[in-house]
Amino acid sequence: MQMPLKIYLLIALIKTVLSLAVMASLIAYVQLAERRIVARMQSRVGPTRVGPWGLLQPLADTFKLLLKEDITPSQTSSGLYLLAPAISVTLALLSIAVIPFGPVIHIFGYTTPLQITNINVGLLFILGVTSLGVYGIVLAGWSSNSKYSLLGSLRAGSQMVSYELALGLALVGPVLLAGSLDLRKIVAAQAGGHWFILPEIVAFLIYLTAAFAETNRIPFDLPEAEGELGAGYHTEYSAMKFALFFFSEYANMITVSCVATLVFLGGWAGPVFGPVWLSRIVLPLFWFCLKAAFFLFLFIWVRGTLPRFRYDQLMALGWKVLVPVALANVLITSLVVAWR
Amino acid sequence: MLNLQLILFLIFGALAVAGGINMLRSRSPIYGALSLILVMGALAVLYLLLGAEFIAFVQILVYAGAIMVLFVFVIMLLNAQPLPPHERARFARRLGLPAIFILLGILAAAFALRYSRARLAAGSPMFHVRSIGQALFHQGLLPFEATSVLFLVGIAGAVLLAARPETQSSGTDTPAVKAADRSGL
Amino acid sequence: MIPLSYYLILSGILFTLGVAGFIVKSDLISVFISIELMLNAVNLSLIAFSHYLRDMTGNLFVFFVMVVAAAEAAVGLAIIIAVVRNRQTLSLDEMDLMKH
Repeated sequence: MQMPLKIYLLIALIKTVLSLAVMASLIAYVQLAERRIVARMQSRVGPTRVGPWGLLQPLADTFKLLLKEDITPSQTSSGLYLLAPAISVTLALLSIAVIPFGPVIHIFGYTTPLQITNINVGLLFILGVTSLGVYGIVLAGWSSNSKYSLLGSLRAGSQMVSYELALGLALVGPVLLAGSLDLRKIVAAQAGGHWFILPEIVAFLIYLTAAFAETNRIPFDLPEAEGELGAGYHTEYSAMKFALFFFSEYANMITVSCVATLVFLGGWAGPVFGPVWLSRIVLPLFWFCLKAAFFLFLFIWVRGTLPRFRYDQLMALGWKVLVPVALANVLITSLVVAWR
Repeated sequence: MLNLQLILFLIFGALAVAGGINMLRSRSPIYGALSLILVMGALAVLYLLLGAEFIAFVQILVYAGAIMVLFVFVIMLLNAQPLPPHERARFARRLGLPAIFILLGILAAAFALRYSRARLAAGSPMFHVRSIGQALFHQGLLPFEATSVLFLVGIAGAVLLAARPETQSSGTDTPAVKAADRSGL
Repeated sequence: MIPLSYYLILSGILFTLGVAGFIVKSDLISVFISIELMLNAVNLSLIAFSHYLRDMTGNLFVFFVMVVAAAEAAVGLAIIIAVVRNRQTLSLDEMDLMKH
């Protein structure tokens, strides 16, 4: 059905604004959840004072960061110093444009997918945007003109470039099984409970490991290792510019969680029942959010459990274990696909 | 809809040219590299306009996301600062630059005359990933395998060239990080 | 729609800027960057022709250009690192060992 251009643009606008709003509030509350859960793991309480159960804490934090003095060190290369956090946050938010949250829905007589836009090479788009994310961090370190920032960003750069390879290779297996780079078709290929996590368990574990490194999270948070480097690449950043780096780290976490859900856990698949609005819209969205939330919890859980790797161990793990195993997995998967 | 493609072409074409000019103008290598990334991003959009979606995203992934990261990385590693302009290139500047731009003028005139009526058709053909893959592994299989060997040689060569001589790295002040770092490059 | 010549002229402009950069730049890395710009310009014309002729070959060719460019960048940057390690400079004017 061909819908008028105006309606099309209006629906696209609504979806974009809604996605961004949900993403922004989600990022704020993932941080709160992280503080509460890690506190519980360490036998503490965590933030409870602002609002009931500390639910207004993200709001208070945002105001604090907005109102803090914005310091620009005198030795920075000013243009790039300002550009770096902007690059980081833009790229982190860009990849949600192609992530489908649910099936195609029919609403008020119009048909639209629960997704900002669907492209044939969605997975390639996400990988491409993620690979550009390095620039924000590398430029931040370089333009700060401080040795800790530079060391942190050199570490981050080589870490992200190395693990991107393992991340991409891990996704090749499911793509071969689905026969498409279109995220919607990858989900459709897993219909009926044939989730790719079972045949591609190796790829799943590699993806998960690489995702921790891509998002610079513990146990791979070498770029910001506070004990050695101050705070790594964002040492010289303060107030809202610092918050933007923080924001993009959590946005990246959400993106890799969504991709893991779509590629390995069957997307929005799950038991559905009831009337159309429930079984076609609400329940798929619920299953999708539940699966993504599981991955987010995993990120927090690991943070509360594992110590930090040493830098040479990190590189050895990436190049000597993950990449060869991922290559072997691609080989075996393609043999199986060719055999069928 | 007729003009939408033209408008997009003009915007991103202008962006690409601006990036190229900025690359030529800036003395510092880091700004040159960043301008080139801008050019690559603009070109990726033009590739999308030309129906080459796979190439467009590979352009972002490989060119902007991997090759240029290496450039930026090396610039940072070597702390490349702006250098004074060439001393011995007066001949090239005086004669070469005008010559190139004259050549460009001739080429542009030739293109404009020769292909003035060659319009890119509407309802453009999309080169899908599937058909590119099939072409790549049927008619392009031999070049593909040859390129993979070239790649392997390239990797070995890069590691060998960037490696420090063994005698230097035996000191205690060179941590194991360096060896791992090198494989990262 | 858009005439093919527009794309070709844009490609020509970018190529010219690359050549000009190759001539006037005085450090090794900038010269290398100019070469990459020239490669990109050629890629644009290949894709434009591929679209115009409705032929896949141009797309394949660009793919190979990118792959070879990646190998070239890895080796070239390794050479630059080796040169800087030996001579402590990036300036092309000072790399005159073969002259004396």
